[in-house]
Amino acid sequence: MNPDLAQIAPERKRPAVQLSRASVAFGQGAERVQALQPTDLHLDEGEFLALVGPSGCGKSTILKLVGGLTRPSGGEIIVGGREVAARALRVGMAFQNPTLLPWLTIEQNVMLPLKIVRPFRQDYARKKRGEYRDRVHALLADVGLEKFAGHYPWQLSGGMLQRANLCRALIHEPSLLLLDEPFGALDQFTREELWGTMQDLWIKRRPTVILVTHDLKEAGFLGTRICVMSARPGRIIDDSPVTFPRPRTVEMTFQPDFVALNQRLRERIIDARGESARKVAS
Amino acid sequence: MNYAIRRRMWSAALIVAFFLGWEVLCLALNVSDLVVPRPSQVMATLVARFPVLWPHIIQTLWTTMIGFGLGVAVGVVIGALIGTSRVAYDTAYPLLIGFSSIPKVAVVPIFVLWFGAGPVPAVLTALAMCFFPIVVNIATGLATTEPEMEDVLKSLGAGKMDLLLNVGLPRTMPFFFASLKIAATYAFVGTVLAETVASNKGIGNVMMSASSNFDVPLVFAGLFILAFLGVALYVLFSVIEGRVVGWANRRTDLSPS
Repeated sequence: MNPDLAQIAPERKRPAVQLSRASVAFGQGAERVQALQPTDLHLDEGEFLALVGPSGCGKSTILKLVGGLTRPSGGEIIVGGREVAARALRVGMAFQNPTLLPWLTIEQNVMLPLKIVRPFRQDYARKKRGEYRDRVHALLADVGLEKFAGHYPWQLSGGMLQRANLCRALIHEPSLLLLDEPFGALDQFTREELWGTMQDLWIKRRPTVILVTHDLKEAGFLGTRICVMSARPGRIIDDSPVTFPRPRTVEMTFQPDFVALNQRLRERIIDARGESARKVAS
Repeated sequence: MNYAIRRRMWSAALIVAFFLGWEVLCLALNVSDLVVPRPSQVMATLVARFPVLWPHIIQTLWTTMIGFGLGVAVGVVIGALIGTSRVAYDTAYPLLIGFSSIPKVAVVPIFVLWFGAGPVPAVLTALAMCFFPIVVNIATGLATTEPEMEDVLKSLGAGKMDLLLNVGLPRTMPFFFASLKIAATYAFVGTVLAETVASNKGIGNVMMSASSNFDVPLVFAGLFILAFLGVALYVLFSVIEGRVVGWANRRTDLSPS
C-alpha cells in the first residue's frame, strides 16, 4: 500500500538533500535501540518539507542527520551534492528552545554565524561594524525586531526570541534551513503570527527547509510537502504535496480542503501510533 | 533612600559596631593586651610600625599575586581540559581530588627542602592552595553547557576551538569569577602559611616572630593587614566581575528556561 518513495520522486535536477537508506541506532549489543529505520528521502532545492509524526519517532533524528549533528549507523546522506560527514555546510538550524547566548545582544547573537561560517569569518573583524551590521539590521527589520538589536535576550518575550532565533538561522543565507519545532513553545496567537513571518522569509529567500513539527495546521500552512513518520523506529509512511496558493493565511486553514488534508494526516498518525501501541502490548 | 545605599550603610555600621564592641569588651573585662589587644592599640601599633611593616606587606602581596596568577593559569588550563573532555574528566578527577585533599601545611616543608626558605615556597604554596577551586568551577561550567547551544554552532561547522571561545568560556565566566574570589583568599592563606614556616620576610614571618616576642598587638596588626588585603582583592574582582559577567546577574524570569 505504500509505494517506494524513491519512485514517487523520479529523477529531478540537483537534489538539495538526499537520504539513501539512512538509519540510526543508539547503544551497543542488547541495549541497541533503532531510532530510525533505513530511510530514503529526496528534497529538491527550495522545497519546504514539514515532517510530522508521533513523539519520539525520529523526526529530530533526521534533522540532526542532515545537519551533521548525528552520524548515521548506515546509509548515506548527501546535502548540496556532498556527503554530510565532509562538513563545512552552510546549514541554518533553529530549535524549540531559542538558545540565544545570554551574554550577547540580539545583534551579536544574530551575527554569530558570520563569525563562524566560511567564507564570512575571514572578513568578520573588518566587516562586523559595517556590512555585517547592516545585514543583521535588515534581517531584524524583516521580522520586526529592528528596535531590539541592542537588547539582551532576557529583555525579550518568547515570540521575539524565536524571531531572533530565525534571523540567526538565516543570516548566513544558508541554502538549507533545519527547524526543530521552533514554534512549539509559543502560544497559539504568537505561533500563527510567526508562521506568517516564516512564510515571508521563505518566499523572499527560498531556502530549502525541513521543519519538524507536531502541529498539523503548521505543517499545512508552511509546507510545500508533508511527510508523515511512523512511531519508533521511525520510517516515512506518507508523503504528500501541499498545493494551496501562497501567501497562505490563517483563515485558509479553516477551509474544507485544508481541513480535509489535516484529517487525513491525523488519521495516518493515529494509525501509526496504534500500530506501535499494539506492538508494545503484544 | 534606596535599597543599595541602605544596605551599604548597614554593612559599614556592622563593621564599626564589631570593633567598638571589641574595644568596649576589652576595657570592661580588663583583658590584658598580651591576650587580646584592643583595636585602638592594634591601630596604634600599625601606624607606628608601618615603615618597618611596609616591605613585608609588599613581599606578601607580590608572592601572593604571582602564586595566584600561576594558580589561575594552571587552573584554567586544567579546568578547560577536564571540562571539555568526558574522558579527561573521569580519568583526572580522582587524582585532583586526592591532591587537593592534602593539607598544604604538610607540603610546605617539601617545597622548602627543594627550593630553600624564601619566596619560592610561598609562591608554590599559594598556587597549590588556589588552583583547585578554579579547576572545579571551570570544569563544571564547561561540562554543564547546554548541548543545544553548542548544536547551533556545530551545525554551522564550528570546530572545538570555536565552541570553547564562543560558548564554553563566556558561559563559564560567572563560575570563573566566583572561583577567583575564593582562590584569591586561599592564595593569601597559602603565602602566609609558607612565610610562617620558612621565610625571613613577609607578614607571616612578622607575625611568627612577633608572637615569639609576645608582641601581641603586632600579631594582630598582621591579621588586620591580611584582612585588608583580602578584602581589597575581593573588591577588585567584584568590580571586574560586574563588568564582564553583568549579563548573568541581570537574568530575569522573562528569559526562557
